[in-house]
Amino acid sequence: MDTTFFMPPSYLDQSEAVAERFRRLRARPVVMDVRSLGKVFPTTGGQTVALHDVSFQVHRREFMCVIGASGCGKSTLVRILAGLEVPTSGSVLVDGAEVRGPGADRGMVFQGYTLFPWLTVKKNVMFGPMQRGLSESAADVEARQWLALVGLEAFADHFPVQLSGGMKQRVAIARALANNPRILLMDEPFGALDAQTRAQMQHYLLQIWKNVDVTIVFITHDLDEAIYLADRILVLKAHPGEVREMIEVPVPRPRLPSQFGGTEFGAVRSRLEELIHPKSEAMLDELPMIRLAQAGDDVE
Amino acid sequence: MRDLFAIRKELPPAWNRILGVAAFALPLLAWCVVSYVPAVWHPLVKIDKPGGVSWFSPGLLVDKPVFREESARAVAAGRARPTGEPANPIFLPAPDKVARALYTAFTTPPRLQGEQWLYQSLWESIKTIIYGFAISSAIGVPLGVLCGSYAFWSRLTEPFVDFVRYMPAPAFGALSVAVLGIYDAPKVAIIVIGTLFQQILVVSNTVRKVDPALLEAAQTLGASRRSLLLHVIVPWSLPDLYNDMRILLGWAWTYLIVAEVIGVSSGITFFINQQAKYRMFENVYAAILIIGFIGLGTDQVLGFLGRRIFPWKNPRPSRFRRFMLELFTTARTIDASPSEPSERSAA
Ligand SMILES: Nc1ncnc2c1ncn2[C@@H]1O[C@H](COP(=O)(O)OP(=O)(O)OP(=O)(O)O)[C@@H](O)[C@H]1O
Ligand SMILES: [Mg+2]
Repeated sequence: MDTTFFMPPSYLDQSEAVAERFRRLRARPVVMDVRSLGKVFPTTGGQTVALHDVSFQVHRREFMCVIGASGCGKSTLVRILAGLEVPTSGSVLVDGAEVRGPGADRGMVFQGYTLFPWLTVKKNVMFGPMQRGLSESAADVEARQWLALVGLEAFADHFPVQLSGGMKQRVAIARALANNPRILLMDEPFGALDAQTRAQMQHYLLQIWKNVDVTIVFITHDLDEAIYLADRILVLKAHPGEVREMIEVPVPRPRLPSQFGGTEFGAVRSRLEELIHPKSEAMLDELPMIRLAQAGDDVE
Repeated sequence: MRDLFAIRKELPPAWNRILGVAAFALPLLAWCVVSYVPAVWHPLVKIDKPGGVSWFSPGLLVDKPVFREESARAVAAGRARPTGEPANPIFLPAPDKVARALYTAFTTPPRLQGEQWLYQSLWESIKTIIYGFAISSAIGVPLGVLCGSYAFWSRLTEPFVDFVRYMPAPAFGALSVAVLGIYDAPKVAIIVIGTLFQQILVVSNTVRKVDPALLEAAQTLGASRRSLLLHVIVPWSLPDLYNDMRILLGWAWTYLIVAEVIGVSSGITFFINQQAKYRMFENVYAAILIIGFIGLGTDQVLGFLGRRIFPWKNPRPSRFRRFMLELFTTARTIDASPSEPSERSAA
């Protein structure tokens, strides 16, 4: 008699192939070591604890998603990882060296569009390599390769204003990767895109990640996006921002959009919902019932 | 018609052109009406034949009531009735007079020995502006950029600059003559004083508006501080600085008129004052119009150049370019198809 038949599938169940993948992943060297990070913002008449005792490790070539409710400190976390913000306590190590500011070893793609508007697409991608001291011609060659990777060679001489949102973010990815960073940090990079473009971009990103030796830390508040992309999902709790759980996504790779309805997918999804909106049903009960009489009647 | 008054909406190009012409045509029309339709204003009478009034002479301008009174008195005394036409005061010459003056101002030799031709006066003024503005910009732009970029320089200079800014430049006139002599140097100095302190603040404010997200993006790409200044802040602000310069150049022209009466009066101001003294008001108008034309012309040329120099700021793609863009934008969807990158990696 198979008892599990009556149990809902658990997000902890991993097929042998997936389990093997995670064993290999854990065996890989740690690229980024985050040690009990804390961040306190002074506010008028008090302080906001944005992050409290956040610790985790990212392994080489891992794709990690960070997820959490709005305002739980995701952006703060990734800005500290990038070196744009100084933590109040704790430290971040990249390849064993402590992060002391922004650097080319950690590329970043922002939610808003941050391409340099005065530079053409190609010159934008050349920016990092030129900062590293590459000659213009060498940077040019490099930029063309990265543009080819994101499929935008045809737009090399366009200005950012002439591109659609999705194209801008692809250029931003190429620009960040052109520095050969150890880690690519992404803060809701597809947040401003429409659903269709977003799905395309997610697929694109997985392809790029497959072809390029880079470790990705990806912030999102979209559960499906996190499950679709991640090896592991770091779930943050709000007020203060703390690690709630690190989930190993049991969905096998290569991932396809068709897996969205699968059992593993559903299991992770319901677990994430539990973690992120534990009180959502209680809140619904508390909400006052407003009866919009006419509106409701006219619909029928 | 309603669409013409929609808030913050561009007008159809045809309307832009019509309104642009109307902007000049309407004031000109008003001027013509006042000048050529006697019923509108014409408060004076220009004497044609003095008749029996002893103090009238041909060409004399007298108030209408005075003319009426005098002619009534002349008729009552049995003398000849004076004749005349309604006229405007001498300080309001008709457009055709000014138009003629615009031409003759360049062809008439100066009245007195040693006086300058109009074009010489103009050139002198333009030189004063160029020197003053160049010196001011050479100091003001770099200092403004530093102030906008580094809190250190801003805190060190801006309080003092703010203080001096409120002192009217002409107040330094006597001082600059005492220090720099009576010829061109004090005039240039007044323009520099009038422009520089505003310029530092305007430039630093513009530079301060650089998008912090771009600075952060550049930092994550490994840009050093120097590089942030030279490769992000400066290129980002250039188009706005360029526009600031256009506006500041306009201010420099206003200081010119003050500057030119300092020490030995010179340039276009001297010409204007001289013509007013001769009561040749059509020449005065002509000179003022010329300044306007030069200002508007420079501004239009600079604006036109600006759109060429900074294509990223206002990329108005030609129809052909837009068509090509759309062509490729559709191609992008195919480009972004899932299979493509893996094929690429296989190849
Ligand atoms: N510069 C700041 N000064 C003061 N408080 C800040 C600052 N930046 C962030 N915070 C606070 O820290 C907390 C976390 O903010 P953060 O932007 O990291 O959240 P987030 O998870 O990225 O939210 P979202 O999903 O909406 O982007 C919030 O309560 C916010 O108000
Ligand atoms: Mg955020």
